Amino acid sequence: MDFINSIVLLLNYIFVPALSYGSQLALGAIFVSLIYGILRFAYFTAGDLMSFGTMFTILFTWYFQSLGINLGVLPTALLAIPFGVIITILYVLAKDKLVFSYYRTKKSPPVMLAMVSIGTMFVTQAIVRIVIGPFDRRFFDGEKFILKANEFKEMTGLNEGLTIKSTQVITLLVTIIVVSILFWFLNKTKTGKSMRAYSDNEDLALLSGIDPKKVVMITWVIAAILATIGGTLYGLDKSFKPFTYFNNMLPIFAAAIVGGIGNPFGAFLGGYVIAFSEILITYAYKKFFIYILPESLEPDGLLQLLSTDYKFAVSFSILVIVLLFRPSGIFKGKII
Amino acid sequence: MAFFEGVKMTGGYDDGPDIISSCSVNVNQGEIVSIIGPNGAGKSTAMKAMLGLLNLKSGKVIIDGKDISHLNPQDRVKQGISFVPQTKNVFAGLSVEENLEMGAFLRDENLQEIINEIYELFPILKEKKSQIVGELSGGQRQQVALGRALMIKPSVLMLDEPTAGVSPIVMDELFDHILKVKKTNVAILMVEQNAKQALSISDRGYVLVTGENKYSGTGKELLNDPRVRSSFLGG
Repeated sequence: MDFINSIVLLLNYIFVPALSYGSQLALGAIFVSLIYGILRFAYFTAGDLMSFGTMFTILFTWYFQSLGINLGVLPTALLAIPFGVIITILYVLAKDKLVFSYYRTKKSPPVMLAMVSIGTMFVTQAIVRIVIGPFDRRFFDGEKFILKANEFKEMTGLNEGLTIKSTQVITLLVTIIVVSILFWFLNKTKTGKSMRAYSDNEDLALLSGIDPKKVVMITWVIAAILATIGGTLYGLDKSFKPFTYFNNMLPIFAAAIVGGIGNPFGAFLGGYVIAFSEILITYAYKKFFIYILPESLEPDGLLQLLSTDYKFAVSFSILVIVLLFRPSGIFKGKII
Repeated sequence: MAFFEGVKMTGGYDDGPDIISSCSVNVNQGEIVSIIGPNGAGKSTAMKAMLGLLNLKSGKVIIDGKDISHLNPQDRVKQGISFVPQTKNVFAGLSVEENLEMGAFLRDENLQEIINEIYELFPILKEKKSQIVGELSGGQRQQVALGRALMIKPSVLMLDEPTAGVSPIVMDELFDHILKVKKTNVAILMVEQNAKQALSISDRGYVLVTGENKYSGTGKELLNDPRVRSSFLGG
């Protein structure tokens, strides 16, 4: 019985949260990886683009709520996502036209484009703060839990409860759908293949008649879609605070690099690698060991490797270790 | 007048010095023409000039009587000129079949038919069609590179040192493939380091020295010319 309790404990505090957090990171990491592969620079606006998309989703959510439109048990934000996506697409395309295309036609080195993207990061941050402010906001509505801790206890007669929030299930389902469509697009359609070809060998792609303008445009559109969806899912699950989104850039980049930057599928898996590492290392295992060890060996301390305040240190360490020992990432991408 | 012709081309990269001066090269359909010469003679540059990868200060490039000197490389590809670069001539992360599909990116119709023709020409590619090209051997990669270039059904095929870095056996095999391609009535222009072997399968050849035409003639003539032999073919 104690053994089952300990498993449920880990499921509840590590597995389920890491799975949803990992999906949110994965969506971000995929588009960072895609931009690196095709536009060939590190896109530092990633975190703030996610907050930009989420902000518009929230604004539309509020608008729908004021009209009395809702999705019942599901959060209204799901209905608002497509509108948030459209505005984010327009924003990135305008940004590309006004800023990035100039440096691209001048064939600026990648590091210069990365600096430019830091500039656009500040601009994006400022827009978000002017429009919605820096505060913490919750925009979740609908049914909060799919499985409550005490319901689970009653059902199974265990001491430990398992909580499954609806946002976690929604995150997982939406991620599976979005990622499947994306990989189908990249691997099966002519346009998707041409994007992979362009990322693989730009000169040969040009000689084959692939239109670079179209490839670049579609890359931005995909980035906007993934940023808005990933950001909204994160905001629904936790809360929307622009500064947190900026901070999330570190685990997102770590995920993209662990997976082999330029390789979207690697980035997808990298998201989970980072999420599980962060949570596994910052979880306090005291209760777990109380369950599995005999009473005489009961631990005194919290048995926590690192305080949760240091969770970014985990991503950062992984990032440094990967760059030192395997710069092409676990799943073979470009070497930085 | 030849089918594909570079007439008195002069130019270099960007603002740099002229690499080729008053260099003329031409090739007809169903013919293999090699450009040979010492290192730094401007062989590849002459070919790249014909593809539009550098700006010419003077001279022109003509295909089928039409002046294409002012077209960029992509538009020249649309005129039926295909190019296989010396390095990075395949999409290493894509499968063999995807490489071929990308070669025909500009065509929409009967893709599968052309792919099948390529498979007939290079049977090994059919066997390996779902394999990632980066995992193939050097000789197989060169076949993928040729296949990709043939997907637009070009009238002119330009090869930049197709046998660079492959073993002598693979080199012979590749030359056999190039001869097969020639039979499909394509005009083939190639730059080669392995001058002897290249001239032996070529109908005609040009010897370039410091960016200028030094000798020209049929493959046999050049092979037997004592001056060419002593300077470029190692006696």
